[in-house]
Amino acid sequence: MLKKLKFKKPDTKNSFVTYGLLLVTFAIVKILFEAGKLSYMIKDLLVPLCVYAILAVSLNLTVGILGELSLGQAGFMCVGAYSGALFSNLLEEAIPQVLIRFPLAMIVGGICAAIFGILIGIPVLRLRGDYLAIVTLAFGEIIKNIFASVYLGLDANGFHVSMKTASDLNMDLDGEMLINGALGLNGTPRDSNFTIAFIVLFITTIVAYNFVNSRTGRAVMSIRDNRIASESVGINVTKYKLITFALTAFFAGVAGSLYSHNFSTLQASKFDYNLSILVLVFVVLGGIGSIRGSIVASILLTLIPELLRGSIGKYRMLIYAVILIVMMIVNNGDYFINLKEKISVKFSSKFKKTKKEVV
Amino acid sequence: MGFLSNLINGISLGSIYAVIALGYTMVYGIAKMLNFAHGDVIMIGGYFVYLSSSKLLHLPPVLSVLIAMVACTILGITIEKIAYKPLRKATSLAVLITAIGVSYFLQNIALVIFGANPVTFTSVVSIPAIKLFDGQIVISGETSVAIVVSILVVIGLSLFIKKTKTGKAMLAVSEDKGAAQLMGINVNKTISITFAIGSALAAIAGALYCSAYPILQNTTGAMPGIKAFTAAVFGGIGSIPGAMIGGILIGVIEILGRAYISTQLADAIVFAVLILILMFKPTGILGKKMVEKV
Repeated sequence: MLKKLKFKKPDTKNSFVTYGLLLVTFAIVKILFEAGKLSYMIKDLLVPLCVYAILAVSLNLTVGILGELSLGQAGFMCVGAYSGALFSNLLEEAIPQVLIRFPLAMIVGGICAAIFGILIGIPVLRLRGDYLAIVTLAFGEIIKNIFASVYLGLDANGFHVSMKTASDLNMDLDGEMLINGALGLNGTPRDSNFTIAFIVLFITTIVAYNFVNSRTGRAVMSIRDNRIASESVGINVTKYKLITFALTAFFAGVAGSLYSHNFSTLQASKFDYNLSILVLVFVVLGGIGSIRGSIVASILLTLIPELLRGSIGKYRMLIYAVILIVMMIVNNGDYFINLKEKISVKFSSKFKKTKKEVV
Repeated sequence: MGFLSNLINGISLGSIYAVIALGYTMVYGIAKMLNFAHGDVIMIGGYFVYLSSSKLLHLPPVLSVLIAMVACTILGITIEKIAYKPLRKATSLAVLITAIGVSYFLQNIALVIFGANPVTFTSVVSIPAIKLFDGQIVISGETSVAIVVSILVVIGLSLFIKKTKTGKAMLAVSEDKGAAQLMGINVNKTISITFAIGSALAAIAGALYCSAYPILQNTTGAMPGIKAFTAAVFGGIGSIPGAMIGGILIGVIEILGRAYISTQLADAIVFAVLILILMFKPTGILGKKMVEKV
C-alpha cells in the first residue's frame, strides 16, 4: 500500500518509513505489554529506551547535521531532569491532571535546557572541533557538579537554598526536601509511562526529520560541508549553529524530564560524561546523520546487552569501543575509501551506473 | 600558613598536570588532534607501576617506572598506528570520535583485566617529608619529587626539541606537514615519536599522580586527563613552557578552590576556567595566533 503513495521527495519517503516502523514497533510492544508477555526487566526498560532514542536523535542533529561534536548531552539532560521534576513536584496539587502537568513539565525541562544551550552556545559555538567537544564536556561536568551540591527545600517560609549541607537550609520540621545534594531529586511524581514516552519520541522524530529537510536544516548542512563557502553566500553561521544547538539541548531536556519522572529519586551523578559518550556511541553506530539509525541503534544497543546480561555484560562497553574505532576507520580511513571507490568503479563499469555516494 | 601549604600542594598537583599536559600539547601541536585517550594511558601506566612494584614483581620504584614508561611507549605507538594513522586525512569529527573510542577501549579493557574495585597504590617515592617553620608546613616526598621531576622533564624536552635533529623535525612537522615532507622529514615517524614521548611522559605522570592520590581504578586517568588538557589550552596549545605554566596554574586553582570555595565544586571551577579561557583567549598564555586559510 505504501508503494501506491507518491512522495515528492525521497526524503519524505524515508521519514515516513521511519514513522511507520516506529508505529508498528509501538503497536507490537503495546500488545505484548497488555497481554502480560513482557518480563519486568523489559517493562522497566521501555521508558529509558525511548529516552535514549530521543537523546540520540537530538544529538544526531548536532553531530550529523551540524557536524560538530557535543559531549554535553548529559548536562542538558540533567538540566531538563531537574527543572521538569521540580515543576511537577511543586505543581502536583495545583495541576492534578497528569496529562496536563506532565507535558508541561517536559516542556519546562526542554526550555530550561534550551536556555542553557543558548547561554553556553553563544560564547562557545565560535569554537570548532576539538575545542567545542571539550568545552561541552566541561560544561556537562560543571552542571553535574553544581546540581550534585545544591540543597533545595520548601517549607511554610518559602524556598531555602544551600550549597553546603542540608542542615544549612534551616527549614521548618515539616519542610519538604526537593533537592538533597548528592542524593539528588526527591518526591518526583512517577508520571512517565511507555505510551507517553513513545509519543514524545515520535514527536521528536517528526521534528528532527522536518528540521533536516527544512530551509534551516539545509543551511545547517551547508555549514557542515563548507563553513567558509556558506558564510560567503550569506548564511549566518552563528545563528544556524545556535538554532541546532538549542534544538539538541531542548530535546535532551525533554528526555531528561521524561527520565526523571520515571523514578521517584534521581541522583545528578547519573548524568555523567559516560552517558554523553554512550549517546554518542548510539549516534555513530546508527550512522552519523541518520535519524532512523540513531533510534534503531539506541534501542538495540540498550536491549541486547540487557538481554545477554551476565554473558557479555562485562564486555559490552569494550565491544562498543572496538566497533566505534573500526567504524570510524572503515568509513573515514584512506585505505578503505580507496577500496570502496575501486569496488564501486568495478560495479559501475558492469552495470553502467555512475551513481556516487556523497558522504 | 594554611594558605602556603595549600599553595605548595597546588604546585605539586599542577606539576603532575604539567607533565600530562606536555603529552597533549605535543600531540596537538604535531598531529593536530586531541588525543582523548591520553588520560587513560596515565591509568595504564599507573597499573604497570603497580604491577611491577608491588603486586607481581616487587621491583625497586625507579625500575618499575621505567617498565611502565616502556610499556606506555609501546601502547602509545600502537594506538597511533592502529587507530589514528589511517585517519590522517579524515575530518576532525572522525578523529575525535576515534580518540574517544580509544579512550573508552582502554578504560574498559582495564575494567575487564583489573576489575572494578580500586586498588591501593603504594607510593613509588621514598624520600622523607620536608618540615618547614617548626613543622607548620610539611612538604611530602611525593610533592617535592613531582615538582622536581616536572621541571626536569620540561627542561629536558625543551632541549630535545631545540637541540636534536628529531626535535627540530617535530617543530617542522608542527609548522607545515607538507613542507616538512619535502625537506626529507619522515612525517609518520615524527608523529610516532611524538606519541611515544607523550605516552612515556604519561607513565611518569601516572606514577606521580597515583603516588599522591593512591587509589587506582579504570577511570583514574579521565579527570586528570581533561584537567591537563585544560592546562595545555591555558598555557597555549603547542607550547612546552606554556604547558608547565598552565599545569601549575590549574593545579593551584583546583587546590585553592577545594580549600576555600567548595570541595564538590573544585572540578567545576577548573572547567569554568577552561570555558573562560576559550571564550576570551583561545590561544592561551603563550600560544601563537593561528590564521585560518581557505
